[in-house]
Amino acid sequence: MAIQHVQSRRQFLGSCLNLGASSSAFWLANRLWAPERCLSSPVENLTEARYYEKLPQRKIKCVLCPRECVIDDQETGYCGVRENRGGIYYTLVYGRPCSAHIDPIEKKPLFHFLPGSVAFSIATVGCNVLCKFCQNWEISQARPDQVPSADMPPEMIAAQAKRNDCQSISYTYTEPVIFTEYMYDCAVAGRKINVKSVMISNGYIQKKPMQDLCGVLDAVKIDLKAFTEKFYTEMVSGHLQPVLDTLVLLKNEGMWTEIVYLVIPTLNDHPKDLQQMCRWLVQELGPDVPLHFSRFYPQYRLKNLSPTPVSTLETARKIALDSGLHFVYIGNVPGHEGENTYCPGCHKLVIRRLGYQIAENNLLENGFCKFCQRKIPGIWK
Amino acid sequence: MKRTRYKRREFLKTTVQASSAICFGITGLAPTLCSAAMPSKQSTIVVAENHLVRDSKDKLIGNQVGRLLERAMENLLQVPKSELAWQKLFGARDVVGIKVNCLAGKGISTHFEIVEAIIEGLRSAGVMEKNIIIWDRSSHDLEKAGYRIQTDHNRVQCYGTERVGYTYRVYEFGEVGSCLSKILVEKCTAIINVPILKDHGIVGMTNALKNFFGAIHNPNKYHDQRGDPYIADVNMLSEIRSKVKLIISDALTAQCEGGPPFMPQWAWSQNSLLVGFDPVAIDALGWQIIEAKRQEKGLPTLKAAGREPSYIATAADEQHRLGCNDLSKTNIIRV
Repeated sequence: MAIQHVQSRRQFLGSCLNLGASSSAFWLANRLWAPERCLSSPVENLTEARYYEKLPQRKIKCVLCPRECVIDDQETGYCGVRENRGGIYYTLVYGRPCSAHIDPIEKKPLFHFLPGSVAFSIATVGCNVLCKFCQNWEISQARPDQVPSADMPPEMIAAQAKRNDCQSISYTYTEPVIFTEYMYDCAVAGRKINVKSVMISNGYIQKKPMQDLCGVLDAVKIDLKAFTEKFYTEMVSGHLQPVLDTLVLLKNEGMWTEIVYLVIPTLNDHPKDLQQMCRWLVQELGPDVPLHFSRFYPQYRLKNLSPTPVSTLETARKIALDSGLHFVYIGNVPGHEGENTYCPGCHKLVIRRLGYQIAENNLLENGFCKFCQRKIPGIWK
Repeated sequence: MKRTRYKRREFLKTTVQASSAICFGITGLAPTLCSAAMPSKQSTIVVAENHLVRDSKDKLIGNQVGRLLERAMENLLQVPKSELAWQKLFGARDVVGIKVNCLAGKGISTHFEIVEAIIEGLRSAGVMEKNIIIWDRSSHDLEKAGYRIQTDHNRVQCYGTERVGYTYRVYEFGEVGSCLSKILVEKCTAIINVPILKDHGIVGMTNALKNFFGAIHNPNKYHDQRGDPYIADVNMLSEIRSKVKLIISDALTAQCEGGPPFMPQWAWSQNSLLVGFDPVAIDALGWQIIEAKRQEKGLPTLKAAGREPSYIATAADEQHRLGCNDLSKTNIIRV
């Protein structure tokens, strides 16, 4: 098989436009090109990483995420995309997205952020956890030399977003924490031309880099994968507490945040755990944080489980509403009433959704309920 | 592509001059001889050692390394001539992958002198040169170690996995789920594991078992807990377990501290080959060699340094049974 080279910008953008034009107009979730399991040439345009400490014997300590990998010369960290070369730590994926799509913002899902808008969505390879149920494992669990990538500096990402009428850039699909430098610079470039930025993340990040990102992002969605350390250890290869710390940090920073909880049958669907989580959310983040219970489909290394029964999602939603949360959604079940937003004041329907589409919007300007004038929290324009 | 003839000794820079493509055509596929397939048999390791493998400038002498391997093979298979040993393991229909470890560049990578000797042995068993593949994770690593990439189909092949990619299928055992090099899965019928013996800053030491981290797409995910149980789990993956026919640990140069990168101050000329079928026993012996050198240098034990290679014992446990980690129960033949 021939070696696949890194795509040129022209090829990459050409494929974007071609596929975009030929795909269904039902919604704009255009997959621009699929990652393949053959390889690009070694990445040479390296960018020094921003969060690390130098150690003796040319070792370094990464302080980007809670893992704090200590990395020998010529080795990468757990994420596989940040490498020690001679005692200097580099990101191998700066400016090198492996995936770029135009998605409805509802796909993220962000339901209280510019509803009906589209986001220019990008990812590089790599992730700092190892979820056994990952739906994008072909790119999240790969290394830079295993997946073709494009050469797209931050200014180009922002310009493409603007050109495609995207109100935001979304850092998504894999784990944007591991391409934090690129995400930060894209967000800065976007702000200069009035394009917002949203981070779709596992929240597994240290305080300082998250604080820095809060200065340039407009919204964050966090995957809270469970509310038990056991699940995080066995299914995610991570820990729960750092994610909770990130959620509190985002609250304190005033960042608009929504939470997704993928409900996996038998593994994280125990009502007692859900109840504890919801109480914690109300207490630490307040009742207005949107919580999305998403339906699991068998993926990657959890193909032995069934999809989540809708009744389980409904039970979870009831627990959350009973705990005092105002905005609790059901995801991956198109047409379910749990996709809609109801006003906590008058309980009337303010946004009706069908999949990723907005079917009815009863919000006034600045996000007030049309029926009772109550302010619905979120970023609406 | 322009072809150039090179001196025989430089074969790894040209991946072997195809001077006489003799096909012996003797046997079919070799039977599996790894300890994993014969858990009840006593493990045997041949330790072949000779300081005469180096010249006065401490450079390896290819012929001497070849002779060292011949003696090791004769003793391992209990045959009078090394050709007979190779013929017991490999045949004309085999496509044999030589899995080297070239991550750390020229200083501490699998020596091309030992690979050259292996190729001679395979040729004597009737394996055609075009059916021999020297491989590692990446061509870049191979080139760093002095190997020249070769994909001319009439010669010995030499390239990294990036040339063909990884399987889409995720192979699983225990905690591990990985895509495997297509060289291992699709190209080769048999594998010779040719690791180097050196210290490793996270997992303690790297030798036979750890070498197959160079065959999976996601080794970065499996260094937690000093690689335990991940290293053992990787060696349980069906394609690895069934295809590895022989282990030749290159301890001609070893390193007792500062690995995996090359640290000349901690490297020494051990002038040894550890040859056998049991990766656990070979790693247990390699660990012993490294600990002895660490003691000599005044370094703490790997356990005291917080990186005891516990994955070796795990590889021997009931779940894995990849071999024997009790050297008192291992037949060690020194030649």
